[in-house]
Amino acid sequence: MKQMSRVADSKESPIDGTPILEVKDFHKAFGGLVAINRLSFKVNQGEILAIIGPNGAGKTTLFNMINRFQPASGGEILFEGESIKELSPAHVAALGIARTFQILQLFSNMSVVENVMVGRHLRSRGGMLATGLRIPFTRREERNMFDAAMGKLTMMDLKEEAFSSPLSLPYGRQKTLEIARALATEPKLLLLDEPAGGLSTLEIEQLAQLIKRIRDGGITILLVEHRMELVMGIADRVIVLNYGSKIGEGTPAEIQSNEEVINAYLGVEF
Amino acid sequence: MGNIKRTRYASLALFVIIVIMIPFVVKSPYLITIGIFIGLYALISLGLSLLMGYAGQVSMGQSAFYGIGAYVSAILTMKCGVNPWLAMIFAALFSALMAGLLGMVVLRLEGHLLAVATLALCIVFYTIFAQWKSMTGGVDGMPGIPKLSIGGLMLTRDVHYYYLIWAFLTVILVFSFNVVDSRVGRALRSIHHFQGGSEMAAKSLGISPMKYKIQVFMLSAAYAGIAGSLYVHWLSLVTPSSFGFLTSIYPLIIVTLGGQGSLWGAIIGAAVFFIVAEGFRAFIPILKPGTSGEYEILAWGLMIILVMQFLPRGLVSIPDILRGKKTKG
Repeated sequence: MKQMSRVADSKESPIDGTPILEVKDFHKAFGGLVAINRLSFKVNQGEILAIIGPNGAGKTTLFNMINRFQPASGGEILFEGESIKELSPAHVAALGIARTFQILQLFSNMSVVENVMVGRHLRSRGGMLATGLRIPFTRREERNMFDAAMGKLTMMDLKEEAFSSPLSLPYGRQKTLEIARALATEPKLLLLDEPAGGLSTLEIEQLAQLIKRIRDGGITILLVEHRMELVMGIADRVIVLNYGSKIGEGTPAEIQSNEEVINAYLGVEF
Repeated sequence: MGNIKRTRYASLALFVIIVIMIPFVVKSPYLITIGIFIGLYALISLGLSLLMGYAGQVSMGQSAFYGIGAYVSAILTMKCGVNPWLAMIFAALFSALMAGLLGMVVLRLEGHLLAVATLALCIVFYTIFAQWKSMTGGVDGMPGIPKLSIGGLMLTRDVHYYYLIWAFLTVILVFSFNVVDSRVGRALRSIHHFQGGSEMAAKSLGISPMKYKIQVFMLSAAYAGIAGSLYVHWLSLVTPSSFGFLTSIYPLIIVTLGGQGSLWGAIIGAAVFFIVAEGFRAFIPILKPGTSGEYEILAWGLMIILVMQFLPRGLVSIPDILRGKKTKG
């Protein structure tokens, strides 16, 4: 919790215009297939930015490029003004970008609370020798990690399941757990990859509340999503991708009335 | 949480009592020797269990580090007159260092490729031990390696080494438990992609899989190095034949038998492995006079098949199964 203050500094005003993330002329091709086509956009401090688009529009590829799982074929990416194009995923995480996954990546060989404790990895430092010898600071650290993780679980209403296997949770709760784990890293920017996928209408409503709460806590959110009811309800801005190109950008209302977007994706109203 | 801790302390206490009692019950010097080998291989297997059971990285090259530990200890004490205890520290450090350097290369590989690459380490180092005559004494090895001593007491008898090796094992077991229960242990489990880990998720949380793979490889090598050092000071002799292919295979069998992902599995696996194999060796010639020890290979095969078929989580899962507890992944 101590580190909170440092992270919080940069989040005084919810939307103040400085981009936290800037993607410039991003390009990605798998052989001849262009997944991302000269894409540029900015994510502003404290906003909820949604990227929508049909399947295969390049949304997940974009995420994988932002947190450095895949190299970009061209272009530049700046996080808080610094290029992160050449960094490792772990380094990017340390700078303050956390993410969830479209296909859940929970650690099923650990309990629910341990999953979130892995999220505290960056906020602790006991190495192999120190933890093996149980040097006092590692014991304190372990307790702090546990407390912080339990705090996150309480916030997410997952405390009761802390010692269960993550696989014993219903699907929607597993998704929440993944968000809790990502939040445990105390990120500045949270990337959510299709958080509403597979959720019921009621669960989506709860998720929308949760995402707003996270943003109000000072964390900028970039989400890729399919389900319009979530996007239109919470996004400050929306970017529409189709075949890796940006075909629209604006507020949810603007997007809903953008003709090109409707043709490509939302569907024509009869 | 508290419950798990209490069970662990109780198990450790029971373990220590059994280890102390055995030489009082078992009088045969031969069986004490078996006890020493169980301890040495439990030590190597403990490292392999961390590497394989926790981080999901296979190694068929642990004999190389066992051998490096043995030869470093032998060479330092014989050629440089270094104190054996100091030599043991160097043995552990040097094994870990070699594992660190080699790990940077081989740990980039996965699955079968990693198995083959580590197997190559086993063969390469065996060849070095056997061929570098001026340093290692070649196939004849180096006799007359000094014994260890504590205070003024020279450790000469097998039973001394039995206690020494099992004391080392106990301390290292506790160390390993501490590692496993820490952020490092969770980082290791997070990259175990055959068993519920996810390297992708780990990276997204700031864990560098390569760093932890190398670290745990180094730790496993240090354990093997200590075992090697203990081995040569006990035997006063080192020959390359002790560090061949089978020496790498035993720990793999032991960890599989005992149960991956359980540190007790390494110790229980080692005990069962040697006891059953020795049992076969003693029993078969009674049934069919004139046969030699080859039948123990049958015992290993049989043990592996039975355990894999009926106890996929190893011998350590027997109490859970007896209690009818649902097994957890």
